[in-house]
Amino acid sequence: MLSKPDTARKGNLVAAAGMALAILGTIFLYESEGAKLHNYGWIFAGLLIGSVIGVMAAKKVKMTAMPEMVSMFNGMGGACAALISIIEFGHLAGDSGSAGAAAMMNLHRAGEMMEQLGSSSREFIEQRELIQSMFRVDYRGTLLIILLGLIIGSVSFAGSVIAWGKLNGRVKDFAFPAQHIVNLIVLGIIVILAAALLIHVNDVYPLWAHGGGRATGFSLLFYGVLVLSLIYGVLFVLPIGGADMPVVISLLNSFTGVAAAFGGFLYDNPVMLTGGILVGSAGTILTILMCKAMNRSLKNVLIGSFGGSKAGAAAGKEQGAYKEISLPDAAVVLAYANKVMIVPGYGLAVAQAQHVCHELEKLLEEKGVEVKYAIHPVAGRMPGHMNVLLAEADVSYDKLLEMEEANAELPTTDAVLVLGANDVVNPAAKTDATSPIYGMPILEVENAKVVIVNKRSMKPGYAGIENDLFFQPKTSMLFGDAKQVLQQLVAEIKQV
Amino acid sequence: MEQLSVFIQQHIEMIYVVILSIFLGIEVISRVPSVLHTPLMSGANAIHGVVIIGAIIVMGKAEAGNYLALLLGFLAVILGTVNVVGGFVVTDRMLEMFKNKKDKK
Repeated sequence: MLSKPDTARKGNLVAAAGMALAILGTIFLYESEGAKLHNYGWIFAGLLIGSVIGVMAAKKVKMTAMPEMVSMFNGMGGACAALISIIEFGHLAGDSGSAGAAAMMNLHRAGEMMEQLGSSSREFIEQRELIQSMFRVDYRGTLLIILLGLIIGSVSFAGSVIAWGKLNGRVKDFAFPAQHIVNLIVLGIIVILAAALLIHVNDVYPLWAHGGGRATGFSLLFYGVLVLSLIYGVLFVLPIGGADMPVVISLLNSFTGVAAAFGGFLYDNPVMLTGGILVGSAGTILTILMCKAMNRSLKNVLIGSFGGSKAGAAAGKEQGAYKEISLPDAAVVLAYANKVMIVPGYGLAVAQAQHVCHELEKLLEEKGVEVKYAIHPVAGRMPGHMNVLLAEADVSYDKLLEMEEANAELPTTDAVLVLGANDVVNPAAKTDATSPIYGMPILEVENAKVVIVNKRSMKPGYAGIENDLFFQPKTSMLFGDAKQVLQQLVAEIKQV
Repeated sequence: MEQLSVFIQQHIEMIYVVILSIFLGIEVISRVPSVLHTPLMSGANAIHGVVIIGAIIVMGKAEAGNYLALLLGFLAVILGTVNVVGGFVVTDRMLEMFKNKKDKK
């Protein structure tokens, strides 16, 4: 149902209803070894508090801040998965301390006593072995699932929080030398610790009830994995540039899905499993699609530190002359064009200019100008970010052209208005093999007759590279905040 | 190796579910136009909130005296609910915008 905008909302409601059903079903019908769940008070209190926070947060957030919100929610899901793993680890320890282990311990002592008495009968030894084998539970499977849930959940949580901070502008890009080596080392340690836990679990658990150094060390190791996973989550997202953020969020999203699926394995719960894997696979495909749209390999994004400093310095020398255009001139150009293509970017989102933009579009249409929007797949901070923003402003979605369609129409377009977009219209992606964005599909706005670029300044875009487009003769710059510029432009066009 | 095959036999249904879900996920995504990728992402985000069920089970199983488990479980339930409810509400808000415009036309 999500395949069409019209039915998507219904699909979402159906999904929400399904989720409600699953939750209620779990609360009232779940039975484990004949015992129903208890602690209803706590559960409902938790549900209530969570719902209130969730609704408040979701209702209050501005459309432009959507990516942050999604990443925050994602982090919560990841944290939830990690917490479940922590509690289950405690349970595992508790379980082994109970009946089975106690029986084995008693048996062991009985055996020792009999040996001391020198009357160890063969029958007893056989019986003992039989009982021991009955009680010998293999904890490795369960622990593996718990560990995977823990690692993925906490990486997802820490990563999402950093992603949220970065999108908010609270956390700056941060990379230190040899960062990916450090990342790999941290990851390696996590794997080694987890493997150590798995190898020793069967030796340690039968002794758990009696405590002692080994059991404590074992717990410490487990929390070590937790801490390292959190650190890895932070390190992993920190160096990733803003342009890659959508990919990261989508990736973390699929991580959380996988963590949820491990929860499903843990409880033999098909709902969690299906939901989790569905999100995991969907998220992964979405991530790959986005990577393709930006022409980055996933590995490239993961190992990280793209763009920023290095590229910016290298491209600085090419700065040429650009020309500015005055508002009245821009208004004239737009009003007398036959076909205008608007290319929105993050600048539009920051300035909250989507409504004015729609106003401009209507005004131009009244004057007989054909107006279309060219949407680059990764314009803004999230795929489809621009679509959502423009939809908020009531722009009809058949006016929104995807990149291929837009590129086909651009040669016949009279004027292109670039609103706060930069890297997605940078011709260097096609021409300059040394450019970090080389090979990324772009909107070929330079094929249009005139290009008007609205930007706040000449600063390079998120990829940190200079844009040749701005120095081309057919390009004119219109500096200022997208919203103010558009408002003035609307006023000017009314006078034309 | 033997343990592995036992594990697989015990969970064969689960494994079927996993494989089918993977295909379903791929199928779903490839049908969605990129216009809807943001709502899709946030929808998927809400769906993986199913971890909430795990949190509820954990809570429900915790002994009344085990305050650490209760506290962590309580936190997990809250976080999970925020994920689910927030996710769906945000998705709905986004999609609502797509809808309004259709009605006007």
